[in-house]
Amino acid sequence: MNKLKKLTTYRLFLPILCLVLVLLVNLITTPDFFAISVRDGMLYGYIIDVINRASELVILAVGMTLMVAASGGTDISVGAVMAVVAGVVCNVLAGGEQSVTQYNNPYILGILAGIAVAVICGCFNGFLVAKLKIQPMIATLILFTAGRGIAQLVTNGQITYVRVDHYKVLGSSIKGLPLPVPFFMAIIVVIVTTLILKKTAIGMYIESVGINAKASRLVGLKSSKIIFLTYVFGGLMAGIAGLVASSRIYSADANNIGLNMELDAILAVALGGNSLGGGKFSLMGSVIGAYTIQALTTTLYAMHVSSDQVPVYKAIVVVIIVSLQSPQLKKWFKKHSLGKKAVNGNEVA
Amino acid sequence: MSGSKAVKVKKKIDGNAFLLLITIVLFFVMYIAGVVIFNEQGFGKVQNFLNLFISNAGLIVIAAGMTVVMITGGIDISVGSVVALTCMLLAWMMELKGIGAVPATLLVLVMGVVFGLVQGFLVAYLNIQPFIVTLAGMFFARGMTAIVSTEMISISNETFLSWAKFKIYFPFGGYLNRKGVMIYPYIYPSVVIALIILVLVFVMLKFTKFGRSIYAVGGNEQSALMMGLNVRRTKLKAYVLSSTLCGLGGFLFCLNTCAGFVEQAKGLEMDAIASSVIGGTLLTGGVGNVFGSLFGVLIKGTIEAFITFQGTLSSWWTRITIAALLCFFIVLQSIFAAVKEKNKH
Repeated sequence: MNKLKKLTTYRLFLPILCLVLVLLVNLITTPDFFAISVRDGMLYGYIIDVINRASELVILAVGMTLMVAASGGTDISVGAVMAVVAGVVCNVLAGGEQSVTQYNNPYILGILAGIAVAVICGCFNGFLVAKLKIQPMIATLILFTAGRGIAQLVTNGQITYVRVDHYKVLGSSIKGLPLPVPFFMAIIVVIVTTLILKKTAIGMYIESVGINAKASRLVGLKSSKIIFLTYVFGGLMAGIAGLVASSRIYSADANNIGLNMELDAILAVALGGNSLGGGKFSLMGSVIGAYTIQALTTTLYAMHVSSDQVPVYKAIVVVIIVSLQSPQLKKWFKKHSLGKKAVNGNEVA
Repeated sequence: MSGSKAVKVKKKIDGNAFLLLITIVLFFVMYIAGVVIFNEQGFGKVQNFLNLFISNAGLIVIAAGMTVVMITGGIDISVGSVVALTCMLLAWMMELKGIGAVPATLLVLVMGVVFGLVQGFLVAYLNIQPFIVTLAGMFFARGMTAIVSTEMISISNETFLSWAKFKIYFPFGGYLNRKGVMIYPYIYPSVVIALIILVLVFVMLKFTKFGRSIYAVGGNEQSALMMGLNVRRTKLKAYVLSSTLCGLGGFLFCLNTCAGFVEQAKGLEMDAIASSVIGGTLLTGGVGNVFGSLFGVLIKGTIEAFITFQGTLSSWWTRITIAALLCFFIVLQSIFAAVKEKNKH
């Protein structure tokens, strides 16, 4: 009993339970969900698809977790930033043409330009949130609204194609690796971020600022600088996610790249058991949350639900999960289970 | 005597009222600029001004609801999807189920109330973040729209079309067209409904107990609780009001489009939020005015009119301009907030 209690109070218990539940549903409805086949040294199957498709979401969720933890607000511009980055990278590589079969500029130049734009977007958001003390959601609403317009401006309202095999690498798979490249991108991002958070004090600073920015400043932390940095980092993550997404379709589609991704990223953070009010956070929770969302989506596709209708089930699952995590409901449950225990105790006596 | 009056007036025009004033002035400056620049194409016609209301009647109602929720310190991003669901249900009920226009309209309003009750319950009684709850609501409503029908349904119900096409002419402001016939400017009933709702919400916020408690809850939840206000019920009511107005706004929206389809009103929630923010509503809660939101909507309409009249600019310039305006107002708000903070100490 005690072991069970320890398990249920473990921080990642609920997020993992959710993921397991989603996978269990598959065990019943689509038994071949777990089947993995090998072709040309590559693994194929629904599970691999989940791991592959969730990569951008995982990368975004990592950035979002830190932004939420430090500022207590959400960045709703990440999806639009992805589109801007994709537009910039493709346009630099295509040298202004609409469709190319070879690079007009060096690959590294395109990547650097894209990352630079992402960081600038992050700085802009960070400046508004940290220096001007604007509500994060409202501050990022600016880029959210303008982002896709800017991306259209960059690509001249067209879809810019970069039909070079080398460009597709980030979003597909290479020989010798059994899993797709995006998965490794996501893993690298998670590992590097975890190392930074564990090996330096920055993780603790972020939590401290998120819990009480004023008190943190009084004990000598530069609160606004830390919040600013998390937004720059969030922008960088959006940039990397944009690169992967654009590489997948070897083009810059300003209207569709990263569409609604910000919502999924925020959901991933919430599903991971993190409070959207800031403070203590769990990076792994968000990562598990991201995989849960993708597993859910893929599950629904496997059950032949049309893509337009997927949101309904997603919404229901989300409401159930966040309700379960609601402190109010927990209190209610506790009250009732305590009542039972009291009855049991009386019987023993 | 007159001196004390001046002080009173000065006190009344604080930061928030000043912001509202800027919004109103900005709207008129923009509109007059449009009249000057595009005079030949007929920007200055009375009808063009009325078109701002006609094409944004739904948004005016929805932005009013959004403002109420934002004053409580919450947010409702489900509105765009709820509008889509409303239009789809209206079209589906009237075209495929043969339900009359009046019962269909009443049913979608009930749907709005129920939607608001669920969202409000989750936010107020389970303490889940409004963003997450209404995000789920947004997914749910958009998905339900697709479940009702993935195909576009056009409305051909005669009663409904007669509502949509009923023109209310103004007895003045007309002009002679080329054939020498006097053409009077007109509005649709949707505009009248929207403006009535706007006034009702304004009166409710200003003069009723419920309205005042909304401000109190948004200003400081803890104090409101201490004062004995039922914070939870107030919040619940705010979300119910928002979703109900959303159902009504969807109905007005549908009068304009006369069709239901899945992609309808996408991004409308951001238009509503942007209008509220431009109109001086603070997302932190406690501050806001539905008339400010009206001017926010009108500014958005004016930008769209600019782009239509200009002809060569693509529609995404609307979004960029709105974002620039948002940026301007947000920075202004934060400056006012900083000054206020300084004066306190």
